[in-house]
Amino acid sequence: MSTLNYADINIGDKIPNLDIPITASLISCAALATRDFEPCHHDKAVAQAMGLPDVFMNILTSQALMARFVTDWSGPEAVMKALKVKLGAPNVPGMTMTVSGEIVEKDDAEKSVKINVTGENNIWGMHMTGSVQIALP
Amino acid sequence: MTPEQTKAFEEKVYAFVGKPIYTGPRRGYDDVNSAMIRQWCEVMGEKNPAYVDQDWAGKSTRGHLIAPPAMMYAWTQEGYKVASEGRPTDGQVEMVKFFDSHGFSGSLGTNVDQEYFAEAKVGDAIFEESVIESISEQKTTARGIGYFFETYAKFTNQDGVLLGTQRFRVFKFIPPEQEESAPASDDSLEIPTRVAAPRGQDNKWWWDACDEGKILIQRCASCGALRHPPRPMCGVCQSTEWDTIESTLDGELFSFVEMHHPKFPGYQYPLLVGVISLAEGTRIIANIVGCDVKDVEIGMKLKGKVERVDEKTILPQFYPANN
Repeated sequence: MSTLNYADINIGDKIPNLDIPITASLISCAALATRDFEPCHHDKAVAQAMGLPDVFMNILTSQALMARFVTDWSGPEAVMKALKVKLGAPNVPGMTMTVSGEIVEKDDAEKSVKINVTGENNIWGMHMTGSVQIALP
Repeated sequence: MTPEQTKAFEEKVYAFVGKPIYTGPRRGYDDVNSAMIRQWCEVMGEKNPAYVDQDWAGKSTRGHLIAPPAMMYAWTQEGYKVASEGRPTDGQVEMVKFFDSHGFSGSLGTNVDQEYFAEAKVGDAIFEESVIESISEQKTTARGIGYFFETYAKFTNQDGVLLGTQRFRVFKFIPPEQEESAPASDDSLEIPTRVAAPRGQDNKWWWDACDEGKILIQRCASCGALRHPPRPMCGVCQSTEWDTIESTLDGELFSFVEMHHPKFPGYQYPLLVGVISLAEGTRIIANIVGCDVKDVEIGMKLKGKVERVDEKTILPQFYPANN
């Protein structure tokens, strides 16, 4: 598994889109994997009492998927420097989230690049916007 | 709440700002371990060998496995007691309960910003120190009325090395009223459709014909002038008598825009909207489809098709004529 070189990355480069089917299993199992046991992420009745149709994705999962999207592309020797996520519309079962990213900054001194990432679901729209900063060899 | 009650509430709630959440650095129940990392990676679809492949990691620049940086905040979470008996009291829980008791019982994590300074290794203990950093003024959002609060956390390991910092923002809001017999319905995930065109006395006939696959152009029965969009009187001779002809949907692109923002549910992007000069002489506004944005140019020949674009909508769409 190779890692991209800092020199080969250009501002404006795009990361190929990733479609993630959102299921009740993904939402509840991922919430538990992040140790988030808030009932709204695994108990549909609790989520419905909050006004949502079903369990919804917790923020630490959105954050994890954003990180994965970037390191899938960069390769394993990339060192993560920052990860910033802002949530919009919730991800609930039955949706598909399309994650996309674009390189927006390069820092020659740190050999780091900043990637703006968005995750948009096909029903309610923008689920997450944010950025990931990684240092590359 | 009356304005006086709000003022009294805010005075008390803002007093939480600056309070530490724990009495001292709080150690995660489990030190960094490969079992929890593996489970996290499995669910997230994470294949990065730096987290799970001992052999690969041994030969890598690092020389050892690391924990996914995005797991930083997972290590110090409370766990199942949150669901079974409620969160044990700490500075944040006290504040949250205060919000809850005043009706702001909804909670949504809205932002998490993390910075990383060192990578955690298997075997590291993770310590978290957190403080309630700020509480916003009252805000109205799509979820309801409420307040954003922000916590600031520092994560260190057993040697006191700073692994990372975090700002976590939560919206505490008054949840919308639920009718007891009717919780949020299961079928509210209906696929959104395009905004329907209003059909009035002067244009209903046009949309009805469109539903049947025909694009009609109004023709003045007195002077023969064609007009679009539909309207009751001829702009040339002021006659209100008219009939129609059917367009062949051969056309030429007069002008176009690409809609970027805001994105509307129910529309497919990239979204190109063109003004098309039809062979008959009138112009029509429709989507340009079946070609890349960079290949679209003013003057290009287009051919229209009346098509179903979603469950509720039938529209003319225009393709490059050579397709």
